[in-house]
Amino acid sequence: MIALLTRDLRLAVRAGGGFGLGLAFFLIVVTLVPFGVGPEGGVLARIAPGILWLGALLACLLSLDRIFALDFEDGSLDLLATAPIPLEGVVSVKAAAHWLTTGLPLVLAAPVFGVLLHLPQPAYFWLVVSLMLGTPALSVLGTFGAALTVGLKRGGLLLSLLVLPLYVPTLIFGAELVRRGANGMDTQVPLLMLAGITAACVAVVPFASAAAIRVNLR
Amino acid sequence: MSIWEYANPKKFMQTSSWALPFVTVGAVGCLAVGLFWGFFLTPEATNFGSTVKVIYVHVPSAMMAINIWVMMLVTSLIWLIRRHHVSALAAKAAAPIGMVMTLIALITGAIWGQPMWGTWWEWDPRLTSFLILFLFYLGYMALWEAIDNPDTAADLTGVLCLVGSVFALLSRYAVNFWNQGLHQGATLSLDKQENISDVYWFPLLLCIAGFVLLFVTLLLLRTRTEIRARRLKALEQRERMA
Amino acid sequence: MTMLSVENLAVTRGGLPVLEGVSFALEAGHALVLRGPNGIGKTTLLRTLAGLQPALSGRISMPPETMAYAAHADGLKSTLSVTENLMFWASVYGTGAIDTALDRMNLRQLAERAAHSLSAGQKRRLGLARLLVTGRPVWVLDEPTVSLDAASVALFAEAVRAHLGSGGAALMATHIDLGLEEARVLDLAPFKARPPEEGGIAGSFDEAFA
Repeated sequence: MIALLTRDLRLAVRAGGGFGLGLAFFLIVVTLVPFGVGPEGGVLARIAPGILWLGALLACLLSLDRIFALDFEDGSLDLLATAPIPLEGVVSVKAAAHWLTTGLPLVLAAPVFGVLLHLPQPAYFWLVVSLMLGTPALSVLGTFGAALTVGLKRGGLLLSLLVLPLYVPTLIFGAELVRRGANGMDTQVPLLMLAGITAACVAVVPFASAAAIRVNLR
Repeated sequence: MSIWEYANPKKFMQTSSWALPFVTVGAVGCLAVGLFWGFFLTPEATNFGSTVKVIYVHVPSAMMAINIWVMMLVTSLIWLIRRHHVSALAAKAAAPIGMVMTLIALITGAIWGQPMWGTWWEWDPRLTSFLILFLFYLGYMALWEAIDNPDTAADLTGVLCLVGSVFALLSRYAVNFWNQGLHQGATLSLDKQENISDVYWFPLLLCIAGFVLLFVTLLLLRTRTEIRARRLKALEQRERMA
Repeated sequence: MTMLSVENLAVTRGGLPVLEGVSFALEAGHALVLRGPNGIGKTTLLRTLAGLQPALSGRISMPPETMAYAAHADGLKSTLSVTENLMFWASVYGTGAIDTALDRMNLRQLAERAAHSLSAGQKRRLGLARLLVTGRPVWVLDEPTVSLDAASVALFAEAVRAHLGSGGAALMATHIDLGLEEARVLDLAPFKARPPEEGGIAGSFDEAFA
């Protein structure tokens, strides 16, 4: 399983774009928002938590369709399914690799982009905490969506349609956590809910993803 | 004789063709009487005006929107566990009906909300949840459409329905937490009839019965179509192989 | 010793039976070649044996963790080098040593090359070297010699022979003659599934209509 993780990370690095594209997309979203809503600092500061979360979420979505598609095309998915590691483990590792190459860079870059949007001072800590807690759930759920659409030719758009509604609770609690942090309000409830959703997703969703892969390979 | 006998497509076709006229007549009867009674024979409510009459469509469609998803969840589970094709096809047949019900609930809600709250749309928890439910219906139907192999499609949509149900429920609570709303609480419950006076209550009950029967009628029709289409596909496939 | 035995197996493709009544046994040190026209269901049969899809009926018995499956596609990562590709599968299967595989498949000089710079035949050889590093005794191979030249086919036959000699077994679907005199040939044409009207096994949806 560790071999699979290193292989996926190595592939992401060699293919290029693994780290870069998601981040660049995130930056573009953050850049475009002021053009849309105007450069006024107060407005930007107020919507910054939501925009940063939304940008991270969309950047996460970009690379989802590649999680299984490449392995499916070159036949490695068949071979992995017959290999002596459980398919649940394979999909978990795939999700972890996706998080390391997409989610983690977003978490680290988010405070920098927060400056661009005049994010209030106390919110930086909560921004990093919420993204750190929330993005693993995004990767795991995205892996589920990718597993459902792995055999399809025009899977990309469908994947977004399937995955985005699943992102609703994570987005709500994540952005709420930052917003409360920015306003100095009590953060315990959204913090615990966000952590709970991520923990449950990481624990349970890989079983659904593995089931979907098995059906798709049949 | 067990209930699973109806899972046999042949048996299902026989029974449904026998039952269809009854539920059709029942649906048309209930809806005609209920809607006419509700629209023309009930007084206008003091604080709602004539807009109150939209409840005869709004409440039943909203109830059905949720119940149809629950029905899809149950039939998906039956397919995943017992592999009865009719069950999967019934879930497939129900989805567009549920989607339309959700849409009707949203639109009639907007029509009601405009004079009452002064806005067509409000990001109220109930409204938002229905919008999310609508998205789930769309995704579910899109996945059915996208996959060629009917058994693969049935399996994958079944898994999606399971996961989706959990997240639809989770979204409901998340949305509640996110924004406390304008929407009034449930008007209908069996033990709290005093919320709504009898004048409105009886036609509403008739309309709800009408919507349930309408759903059953449409579901039977659509499931019969799906079974025939599935049968045709199996025959074509065998033709090609022979 | 029997490595793999199949009794009265029926397999489906897209929900319809394609083969039925397939029975054979594969002994250690033996090879079995599956023959038959395109579309008869060779790939489907092999995928069923590999556990990628369920059988419609019948029995497959083999000791656990003995099979290595190789499909049409080699499952190579083009940006990884030959060594990295092999090392990955070696650690997945928990064997770890790739030197013998490199030597046997004549890949030593190519070890540091990225897989995308290999020719089709070299890629195929790398795909087969993957089988060697799995350390599994039963090879299930789908068209293993596609895009190999005569010399490489001979190399492959040699590898199979060595594998059989060391107590392994191989089940292959292939069109061309490998020059493996010791391999038995099983023609799948007689096992083509009959329509249910003629007594064949019904597919799952047909059955529901009975």
